Amino acid sequence: MATRGEDAGRQALTRAAVVDRAREIYDDLDFGVVRQWLAEHPGGKAGGYLPVYAPREVLHACGFLPVGIHGGGDRLEIIRGDAFYQSYICHLPRSVIELAQSGRLDMLSAVLFPSTCDVIRNLSGMWKLLYPDVYVRYIDVPQTPDPGAAVDFWAGELERLARDLGDVSGHEPGDDELRQSIALYNDVRAMVRTLYAVRQERPWDVPTEELYLLLRAGESLPPEEFIALARGYLAAVEAEPRRPRDNSRVVIVGAFCEQPPLGLIKSIERAGCYIVDDDFLLGNRFLTHDVPLDGDPLRALAAAFVRNDQHTSVLYEIDPLGKRRLMRDRVAAAHAHGVIFATPSFCDPALLDQPMLRAGAEDAGIPCIAFKYAENSGQFQQFREQAGTFSDSIKLWGAA
Amino acid sequence: MATVQKDRSMLLQKEMIANHFARLEQAPETGEKVVYTFVPGNLTELIRSFGALPMLPEINALQSGMRKQSGDYIAEAERAGHSEDVCTYVKCDIGMMRSGNIGPGGTKLPKPDLLLLSYTGCYTFMKWFELLREEYQCPTVMFHVPYQGDGVLEPEHRRYMLRQLREQVIPALEKVTGRRYDEDRLREHLVRSARAEDDLVAVLQAGKLRPSPIDGYFGTVYYVGPIFSAFRGTEEGVEYYRALREEVDERAALGLGPVTPDGPLNDQKYRLVVEGPPNWTSFRDFWKMFSDERAVVVASTYTKVGGTYDFGFRHDPADPLGTLADYCSGCYTNLNLPSRIDMLVRYIHEYQADGFLINSVKSCNSFSAGQLMILREVEKRTGIPGAFIESDLVDPRYFSAANIKNRLESYFQMIDARRLGKTA
Repeated sequence: MATRGEDAGRQALTRAAVVDRAREIYDDLDFGVVRQWLAEHPGGKAGGYLPVYAPREVLHACGFLPVGIHGGGDRLEIIRGDAFYQSYICHLPRSVIELAQSGRLDMLSAVLFPSTCDVIRNLSGMWKLLYPDVYVRYIDVPQTPDPGAAVDFWAGELERLARDLGDVSGHEPGDDELRQSIALYNDVRAMVRTLYAVRQERPWDVPTEELYLLLRAGESLPPEEFIALARGYLAAVEAEPRRPRDNSRVVIVGAFCEQPPLGLIKSIERAGCYIVDDDFLLGNRFLTHDVPLDGDPLRALAAAFVRNDQHTSVLYEIDPLGKRRLMRDRVAAAHAHGVIFATPSFCDPALLDQPMLRAGAEDAGIPCIAFKYAENSGQFQQFREQAGTFSDSIKLWGAA
Repeated sequence: MATVQKDRSMLLQKEMIANHFARLEQAPETGEKVVYTFVPGNLTELIRSFGALPMLPEINALQSGMRKQSGDYIAEAERAGHSEDVCTYVKCDIGMMRSGNIGPGGTKLPKPDLLLLSYTGCYTFMKWFELLREEYQCPTVMFHVPYQGDGVLEPEHRRYMLRQLREQVIPALEKVTGRRYDEDRLREHLVRSARAEDDLVAVLQAGKLRPSPIDGYFGTVYYVGPIFSAFRGTEEGVEYYRALREEVDERAALGLGPVTPDGPLNDQKYRLVVEGPPNWTSFRDFWKMFSDERAVVVASTYTKVGGTYDFGFRHDPADPLGTLADYCSGCYTNLNLPSRIDMLVRYIHEYQADGFLINSVKSCNSFSAGQLMILREVEKRTGIPGAFIESDLVDPRYFSAANIKNRLESYFQMIDARRLGKTA
C-alpha cells in the first residue's frame, strides 16, 4: 500500500494541497502520523529529540522513526507544565512537559536531549524521573576545538547511542544499515538546502510560512515521505509562480530552539519582509555537507559534525572574530538587507550571543531590530508594526 | 548599628584575599601571568603549577553583589545591549569591566593573559568567555567537561578530558607562561589540596552535630571561598583550613553554634538543608531571616559547586591529570537531576534536618531549571515538606525581602505544626 508521501511524489499536487497536508501534521499535537507509522510498522519504535541537533540517522538505523519535539506552540493550553517551571524559564520545556503529561508523547520509546542549553539538559534528568521506562540520553556534542579529540569523543558517543537504542528496539544496526540511514538523511538535508536556496532566490514563490510548515511536517514524517512531499511542493511552486513584491529581504536570527508561533512568521512577512535566511528548526540542516558513505559510518558521521561549518549559539565559536563576522557573512550569502533578532524570552544561547552578533552586524552597517517572543505569543500587532517600520526604513534609507 | 561579628577564620581569609588581589593588581608590573577561569571545574593546581595567578569572575561578581556595586554594573551592561533575561554574574562582570575594571576590593583588576574556559556544568560559561574574549582579545582555551547525564563519569568521557588537558590546556598554559609543564610541581599542589580538603570535609560534617557549630550555607560560603577560588593547593589554603577546623572543633566541644552577623546561634530551633545559590545583594538580611528564627542550615548543595568532597573525592597526587578530570566531572552542577535529588535526600537524613529550602535564582538555569521537580521528589522521598523561594544572584531588583520573609515565617510555622502533630 502506498503511503501518502509516495502518493504526493507520483501525483501533481497543488501548492495548497501540500501546504494543507503539512499544516495538518503541524497542528496535530497528538502526532497522528507517528502513531500511524507505528501501527503500520509492528516492531518499529518512535524516538523523540529536542532542539537543536540530534543524530537522527542513528535513531533511524536502529529502527526508530525520529520525531522532533518542538513543544505545543500557541496551540496548547498549559495546565500541568507550569507546575514544573518558574516564570523566568523559557516556555518550551513547560509545553514539552505538557505534551508528555497529557499522554501525547506516550508513543516515544526514547527521547534525546541535545546539549542546547541547561534547561534542555536538566529536562533530561526530569524525564528520567517522570518516565523511567523511556530511554533518555543527554546528547553532549564535542566543544573542544581539537578535531582529533572531538571526533574520537563524538564517535564514541554515537557508538554508545547506537548500542543503547539497539537494546531498546531489539535491532542494533550493522554498518550497511547505518550507511543507508546516513544516505537517507543526506537526501533530507539536500532537500532542505534546495528549499532554502529556492526561497532565497525567489522568496515570493516560497513564503516562509509555507516552508516552515513543510519543515515542521518533516519533523514527524518518515524521511522518504518528507522528501516526496517537499518534491511535490517544489513542483507546485514551479507550476504556480507568484509575482515579486517590493519587500525587504531579512535574516531572522535566534529562533533555533523554542519555535515562534506561525502567526509571528506570517506577521513579519505580511509587514513587508521577505525572510531569506533563518534559524528555524536548525537541526534539520545542521550538517552543511553530505556525510561520506565510505569507511566506518559512525566515525564518518562524527567527522562530518566536527568538520562542519555551521556557526550557531549552541557550539563554542573557535574563531575569536567569528561572532563579529557571522551576521555580515549570512546577510551577504542571503543577499539580505537587514537582520531581525527574534529571540525566545529567557533563551540563554540566543540572548547571550546577541550583543556580539548585533555589534558585528552594526559594525558592517547592517540594519537590525530585535524583539522577544514566546512560542505561545498570541498578539502579533507589535511585531508587525516593528517589522513593517523596519522594512520601510530599509527601503527608504537602505540598499533595497 | 550593631557591629558585625566575624569568625577568626573570616579575618584570616580576608587577609589572604587582600594579598591575592594586591598581587593581581601588580601583575602587569611583576610579570605574573593571570588566568581567568570558573569556580566549577577550576584547575587551580595546574594554573599554580605554571606560576600563574587564577582569577574567578563569579567571585568578583558575588563580591560586587555583597558590596552593593552589582546593580550599577548590571545597568551598565544592559545599556550596552545585554538582555535583562540572562545571567547577572555575566552582566555584573561586563559592567565592572566597562566601568574601569576596579574589583570589589577597590584594586584594579588585570586583563587576562589566558581565558581558561573550563566548561563544567554551566552553559553560560561558554558565552561568558566568548564575550570576554571579544573585550580582552586574549587567548582562550576551551576545556569541555562532559555532563554526567547518566549519573556517572563514563570512562570515555574521562579519556576525552585527559586528552584535552594534555593537548590543549597544558600547551596553552605553557605558551602563555613560557614554562614547561612540571608534573612533580603539580603533584605538590595536589598534596596540599587533599590536606585542605580533609579539613574542609571535617568542617562540613560538623553540621551533623547538635547544636551545629557551623551554618552549612551562609557561613559555609565563606568557608569554601579559598578552596573554590585561588587557594586550593597552596600553603595558605592548607593553613586556612587547619585554622578553620580548629575553630569549628572548639565550638563543637563547647556546644556552641555558628557565629552569625548578629552573634552566636547556639539555641537552634530548626535544622535545614538548602538547595541553590544564595542571594548576594542582601546576603546579611537573608541570613538574618534565618537566624532570627533560630534556624541553622546544616548542609547545602551550593557549597558543592566547586567540588563534592564530602562524598569522598580527594585530589590524588598519584594521578595528577586524572584527578583533575575526576574533580571537574564531579562538581555539583555537572551532576544530573536524579543525582542532585539523591544528594539532598542524603543530606536530610544524615544531617537530621527538619526541613529543606530551595532558593531559586533567576539568573542560573543550570541550578534552577527543574528545581520544582526536585522539591516534589525530595518531599516524596523524605516525607518532609520543602519551601521554595525566589531571588537572584546579584541583581538587587529581584530580592523581595518582605515576600521571602513571609514565606520563611510560614514555613517555620508549618514545621512547628508538624512537630505538634507528631507529639500530640
